[in-house]
Amino acid sequence: MRLIRRLTQGPNRSLGLGLLALVGTVLTGCAKASELPQSPFDTAGPVARAQTDLMTLSLWFAGGIGLFVTVALLFVVFRYRDKKGNDKSVPKQIQGNHKLEIAWTLIPIIILGIVGVPTVQTAFATRATQDPNDLHVIVTGHQWWWEFEYPQLGIVTANELYIPTDKDVQITLKSADVIHSFWVPKLAGKMDVIPGRENHMFFNAEREEEFFGQCAEFCGTSHANMKFRVQSLTQDKFDAWVKARQAGAATPTDPDALAGMNLFMGANKSKANCIVCHTIDGTNAKAKVGPNLTNVGARSTIGAGLVENTKEHLMQWIRNPQSLKPGNKMAAHPNLTEQELEQIVKYLQGLK
Amino acid sequence: MATAAKTLGFIPRPTAETGFVSWLTTVDHKRIGLMYGVTAFLFFLFGGLEAFVIRLQLMKPNLDVVTADTFNALFTMHATTMIFLAIMPMLAAFMNFLLPLQIGARDVAFPRLNAFSYWSYLGGGIFINTSWVLQVLNPAGRAVPDSGWFGYANLTTVNFSGGMGPDFWTIGLLLLGIGTLVSGFNFITTILNMRAPGMSLMRMPIFSWTTMVTSVLVIFSFPAITVALLMLLFDRQFEANFFNVAAGGNVVFWQHLFWTFGHPEVYILILPAMGIVSEILPTYSRKPLFGYSVMVFSTALIGFMGFTVWSHHMFAVGMGPVVNTIFGLTTMAIAIPTGVKIFNWLSTMWGGRVKFTSAMLFALGFIMCFTIGGLSGFMHALPPANTQQTDTYFIVAHIHYVLIGGSIFAIFGGIYHWFPKFFGRMLDEKLGKWNFWLMFAGFNMFAFPFHFLGLMGMPRRIYTYDTGFGWDFWNMFSTIGVWVLTAGILLFIWNFVQAMRKPAGTLSDPWDARTIEWTTASPPLPYNFKEVPVIAARDDFWYKKYPDAGHGGKAAKKQDQPHAAGAVHGGGHGIHMPGQSYMPALLALGITLLGYGLLFSNMITTIIGVTGIFAGMFGWAFEGDGGTVIEVAGGDD
Repeated sequence: MRLIRRLTQGPNRSLGLGLLALVGTVLTGCAKASELPQSPFDTAGPVARAQTDLMTLSLWFAGGIGLFVTVALLFVVFRYRDKKGNDKSVPKQIQGNHKLEIAWTLIPIIILGIVGVPTVQTAFATRATQDPNDLHVIVTGHQWWWEFEYPQLGIVTANELYIPTDKDVQITLKSADVIHSFWVPKLAGKMDVIPGRENHMFFNAEREEEFFGQCAEFCGTSHANMKFRVQSLTQDKFDAWVKARQAGAATPTDPDALAGMNLFMGANKSKANCIVCHTIDGTNAKAKVGPNLTNVGARSTIGAGLVENTKEHLMQWIRNPQSLKPGNKMAAHPNLTEQELEQIVKYLQGLK
Repeated sequence: MATAAKTLGFIPRPTAETGFVSWLTTVDHKRIGLMYGVTAFLFFLFGGLEAFVIRLQLMKPNLDVVTADTFNALFTMHATTMIFLAIMPMLAAFMNFLLPLQIGARDVAFPRLNAFSYWSYLGGGIFINTSWVLQVLNPAGRAVPDSGWFGYANLTTVNFSGGMGPDFWTIGLLLLGIGTLVSGFNFITTILNMRAPGMSLMRMPIFSWTTMVTSVLVIFSFPAITVALLMLLFDRQFEANFFNVAAGGNVVFWQHLFWTFGHPEVYILILPAMGIVSEILPTYSRKPLFGYSVMVFSTALIGFMGFTVWSHHMFAVGMGPVVNTIFGLTTMAIAIPTGVKIFNWLSTMWGGRVKFTSAMLFALGFIMCFTIGGLSGFMHALPPANTQQTDTYFIVAHIHYVLIGGSIFAIFGGIYHWFPKFFGRMLDEKLGKWNFWLMFAGFNMFAFPFHFLGLMGMPRRIYTYDTGFGWDFWNMFSTIGVWVLTAGILLFIWNFVQAMRKPAGTLSDPWDARTIEWTTASPPLPYNFKEVPVIAARDDFWYKKYPDAGHGGKAAKKQDQPHAAGAVHGGGHGIHMPGQSYMPALLALGITLLGYGLLFSNMITTIIGVTGIFAGMFGWAFEGDGGTVIEVAGGDD
């Protein structure tokens, strides 16, 4: 119901009510906002709101003009249909009318003017400022996962971005391979992630929520599986998260988890060898081929928003990643025994 | 009746009038038009089959109808097929068949080049679809292009697409581009030089005008994609590094080149469709096209403005607010001439006698669906709002409203309208109405929900989706819509087959039409007009039938009347018809084989291809003058 509440109250009430009247129930299929995790109409910050307000304005004009043309079309064909017993003479051969032509040239110009001004304003207002006092995050797109680096905090993580609420977050976008597009519909529109250049955007989350994001530029086999989450936390909780992350991973005490760690770190090189690709802060694992796994146990999903982070999924993922995510670049580990897999998973689940 | 002309060159020209050779060697614009139409319709069915599988895969969350790579190949080939192999050549079919008839000519300016355009189109179409054969033989080989019809570099470079897909795609599109460019020059030359006496440009039927503007778009936009494709080809085959970022390449450059072509391409697909609708509406309203000259200028203006908006496909690329808003505003400006057209169409029917024939229903469906597509297009033009829409199903809704609700509906309307002219037979009107309503309902059921899906955040080009996003219901609904649409298309095929089983009659003017193609026999004789017509007015045929209807101040002026009556009537010298030739097909075959040689790095195929090209070119130059002189009993039409 949050969508309806947001649209029917607050500063955009008139637009919101109209929008709902126009397409609301149909659009959502009578679903609640919480069931539409990627709807740009359930905005959670100023950037998305400015963009969506503009979209709503254009939707109003488009809907109005569409309705007018439809009614006019139906009226004309009904009014002038060729009926039985109708006058069969040749109708008056009207070639045109200059005044009408001028009218339907000028009216669209006026409408475009009305829409054009806020368009220009919004385009400039939603531009990233790169204010050095804001929190900065470098987002790197990989086939097919996301890397998040906090240069001011010395933290690197993957696929789940943590941000504080009510703070502008400045995003720098880079690509490690092909073009991707970074999109969290409730926070901001898309910005492409392009190899060989840096793009900038910003957003501000006004509420604590786990937001859904997804790659929006076709980037190869598993483009559909390149999702991510943005978790906004109040400043206190965010600070606590930062502190925990900066401390790095603790060595596990549980013997199974410890055995898993040893497998992970390559004690048994022929079998697991996770250390070749992954980093876990505070350990010898420092490779940057795959995602940083320092807090993998705390993530709600694995495989870049692909499946729930459960023991079974983790085991399946490590044994045969292709079975969950076609094309992905992680090696399969068919030689690990069930026990070894369980040990590794136990270690990973303990990393929070 | 027909006597062979004296042969000047040393290679004799074929003269078969029936059978396979007659079609292989024909230079008759009508036969070429029919070949374009039939070939393109078959590709249309194949592209539709690809779409059918796509919708099966997306019917429910997490389905496994096809693999991720196959899905990516399907949507890439669906778009490539529909744009380059189905809609463009179907429109080319209308242009080929109708343009000379509408302007009172006996053929296009370069009949052999016209045949060459068709054969190179066929070669390119077969070439690009050969990839499916390789894919079936070796499913892991990824032979089918699977990087999207826009082929964004650097995903299409060797580093990220090691298979043959992008090679098939680049070489195939280069092959197709040759024929398209040749057609563009051919049509422009034909229109500028071969109009009948009295047929001033502003008396030309509106479909011929849209052909003219479309041809100009072709010759200015196709060079851009040709350059881009060659660069990509060089990157892939010779490590040229245009799009290799590590070596200083720039991947955004591809997007600029591609969309410099890609946006005018959209108008190449829609302007002739608008032309068809602009012929249908006046005929079945029994009124002239409202604001003819404004419609002509809107067409030209849309064509010109189509070159000023390409970056609106790139609002998320990060070009900055200045560039984005400039391209946003130029894009919005296109709404003006487009809106003018819609209101002129409505005014055309105003005060008329509107007959709901199948053709008219398709034209009305066009106006409605194209308006919806145009309005969503206007919504994309606002860069900040666009960032929430681009690469979602909202855009998929837009393109399908423009290309199915727009182009395809106009094409079907055009088929019902001109079918008597093409074949001398009538399609069944009752089946035609069922055909329309099934297609109209099915199309809207399948494509309108895309608006909702896009606004609920469903990205394009995803082979699967999870439940819990609110997308399940509308995806299922859309797939059911595709089944209804398919039923409509199958009904059309049935109607077509039934009509063709009847003997050809002589229906020269079944619709009480307005333009001079309806003064000829149906189907027209090889030379079209016994006597080159003398044009006294716009909608000349109509005003000859109804001299008292009033020309609306556009009556022929004295100085427009043709002078040399002898030249017009043939003066007893007979009608000279161009000779048939093997060379266009041979040349196209050589070019296609060269493509295969390049693709497989196969020297023998390359040598055969190059030999074919040289044989075709020299044969072209040195074959006999050919042609026949047809003596027609003068006098009455």
